[in-house]
Amino acid sequence: MVLTGAEIVIRCLQEEKVEYVFGYPGGSVLFIYDEFFKQDKVRHVLVRHEQGAVHAADGYARSTEKVGVALVTSGPGVTNAVTGIATAYMDSIPMVIISGQVPTAYIGQDAFQEVDTVGITRPCVKHNFLVKDVRELASTIKKAFYLAQSGRPGPVLVDIPKDISATKCEYAYPKSVAMRSYNPVIKGHQGQIKKAVQLLLEAKRPMIYTGGGVILSDAADKLAKLVRQLGFPVTNTLMGLGGFPATDKQFVGMLGMHGTYEANMAMQHCDVLLAVGARFDDRVIGNPANFAEVPRKIIHIDIDPSSISKRVKVDVPIVGDLPDVLDDITKLIAASGDRPDEKAVKAWWKQIEEWRGKDCLKYDRKSKIIKPQFVVEKLYEVTKGEAFVCSDVGQHQMWAAQYYKFDKPRRWMNSGGLGTMGFGLPAAMGVQLAHPGAPVACVTGEGSIQMCIQELSTCKQYRLPLKIVLLNNGYLGMVRQWQQLFHGNRYAESYVDALPDFVKLAESYGHVGMKIEKPGDVEGALKEAFKRKDDLVFMDFAIDPTENVYPMVQGGKGLTEMILSEEL
Amino acid sequence: MRHVISLLIENEAGALSRVTGLFSARAYNIESLTVAPTEDPSMSRITIVSIGSDDIIEQITKQLNKLIEVIKVVDISEAAHIERELMLVKVRATGKDREEMKRMSDIFRGRIIDVTETTYVIELTGNTAKLDSFIEAIDRTLILETVRTGVCGIGRGDRILKI
Ligand SMILES: Cc1ncc(C[n+]2csc(CCOP(=O)(O)OP(=O)(O)O)c2C)c(N)n1
Repeated sequence: MVLTGAEIVIRCLQEEKVEYVFGYPGGSVLFIYDEFFKQDKVRHVLVRHEQGAVHAADGYARSTEKVGVALVTSGPGVTNAVTGIATAYMDSIPMVIISGQVPTAYIGQDAFQEVDTVGITRPCVKHNFLVKDVRELASTIKKAFYLAQSGRPGPVLVDIPKDISATKCEYAYPKSVAMRSYNPVIKGHQGQIKKAVQLLLEAKRPMIYTGGGVILSDAADKLAKLVRQLGFPVTNTLMGLGGFPATDKQFVGMLGMHGTYEANMAMQHCDVLLAVGARFDDRVIGNPANFAEVPRKIIHIDIDPSSISKRVKVDVPIVGDLPDVLDDITKLIAASGDRPDEKAVKAWWKQIEEWRGKDCLKYDRKSKIIKPQFVVEKLYEVTKGEAFVCSDVGQHQMWAAQYYKFDKPRRWMNSGGLGTMGFGLPAAMGVQLAHPGAPVACVTGEGSIQMCIQELSTCKQYRLPLKIVLLNNGYLGMVRQWQQLFHGNRYAESYVDALPDFVKLAESYGHVGMKIEKPGDVEGALKEAFKRKDDLVFMDFAIDPTENVYPMVQGGKGLTEMILSEEL
Repeated sequence: MRHVISLLIENEAGALSRVTGLFSARAYNIESLTVAPTEDPSMSRITIVSIGSDDIIEQITKQLNKLIEVIKVVDISEAAHIERELMLVKVRATGKDREEMKRMSDIFRGRIIDVTETTYVIELTGNTAKLDSFIEAIDRTLILETVRTGVCGIGRGDRILKI
């Protein structure tokens, strides 16, 4: 059948079973919008800023196992979207971004709203395409969806000049994709897997460290099986929370810059480390030189060969799809009939329990000012640990990660890699649309929330009953914390003056606002908010402005050089 | 250490900029880069000379492999291989220098491919060291212009880069 480019775009989205496209119209995508108007299978969500569109598509993808889709116009539409694209790229989120471009004949002439989209986005996408021939449009979109979700996932951008969306051609959606230059490995190398099993069974002080890869590849079940089979301690990165149940005894908490004492100590002192879908980044292991001081054997499973031996040398690299490889390891151990060194592992656990005994996440529970940790704990209790929690970036993000116990994957959405303030609210919109009726919280700071506050309007239009938990300390708290600890208490530009009245602000967008100033009111407010199933409730918690996130490893230091509290 | 990395890449618009963009974004060094289509015009072959520790070269190869349009990558300097570079040098060739230039060109197995009353253009191929030593050997003040292609390389014997 003969269709226009714009019709083809919609057809392809339907073929890919896309539920929602998050977007914002403009000149170069008008033909495509016209086609949206004529159908109702693929629903369009009109955001208020293109950054919001991409974050919303991102939140949608993180909370499901599907690809998020965003649509933006050329020029400023694209540049506004770049932060969102880079955010998704750093966290390997499967996403397809469709952008309009000036007509083919105008490209390179500094036309109105022209930017070199492929050039600008090249370093922050998995791949991108400029479609110059309408006959290649359908196959390009097919490739984009395939690339976005296979191998190590990531955002893929398709740039479509306006004339292409108006040109007609014969349409057929390709059934499959074959690319000679792209063949991600699935099966792990059996010889390496054998070596890994042997190391694990001989380990005296074993440790399992897992990252976002476990979430992205839906490997949590397989991971849990292996962890239980071995009886080893397990830690998750900020991106990997929910990859292993946080309430399980074998879980020693998050590791890294704001990880628990026990997780970081165990990470440093183990003799065999199994790294699963994690990438040893600077916020996780600190300085690689310090990390290397205690020798240990490292097994690293990852879909991306370039993540292996990038920052630390690995002894047993295994490239493959995590569920597949984890399954192989579990089966091989079972078949061997061998058990881990139980005596040694028992002694190791004793040491870990001693570290755990430090209770590094304790805080002042008798405080007369609201403590942020207390708010997150109550949020956990009130939602029975069942909420989808989206966060922005700053202290509140770390408190949410430390105190909300995620037992399931895809419940915790945050910008771990890029650290994008403004991510939380739009991401939560995508999550809520993907999970209608489910409790969705956005934990944020007064700095971050103002970076995409305009999306409150989108929430009204689409009736998204988010629960916004603003931990309001009046400061760009994480910046203030660094200034307090490392810059002699000089709070340069980290105090946020002239804040709006958030209650009135929420109300002006047609939502419910609450201000909470006493610890005794925290639980009641949260209960009330989550009871209001149809309303977006914006809770402004006046928290202790001096509170800091602990433990803390200073950038560039070793993992065990933790600051545990103010006094130390 | 100096490495010569060869890769096959889809001959698509923008493919080269993905390669060079990768090097600049990750602060890898490029000593030289050559590119042209292969006997199969749907593919180009790129030769990159880079200097870095073994760890860095390993990352470079992995990162190149990760580019969607890259079909194959090998570090041909890991084993026996041949490198060639082409250089064109325009020199002043007057008076007694005219004879001397001809002589030097012959010694280095160069060819004079353009002649005017006052200048020669000498064409020279060889590995990088040979071209460097030609430049060293002639009188610097007589050089008017030089242009070099950068290194292209190929494995010896059975070492073949093909899909
Ligand atoms: C877009 C962006 N700009 C700047 C930063 C640097 N930054 C990191 S945390 C932070 C402060 C965040 O303040 P707030 O949202 O109020 O959260 P708090 O730390 O107080 O909980 C800043 C400015 C960032 N991460 N993202």
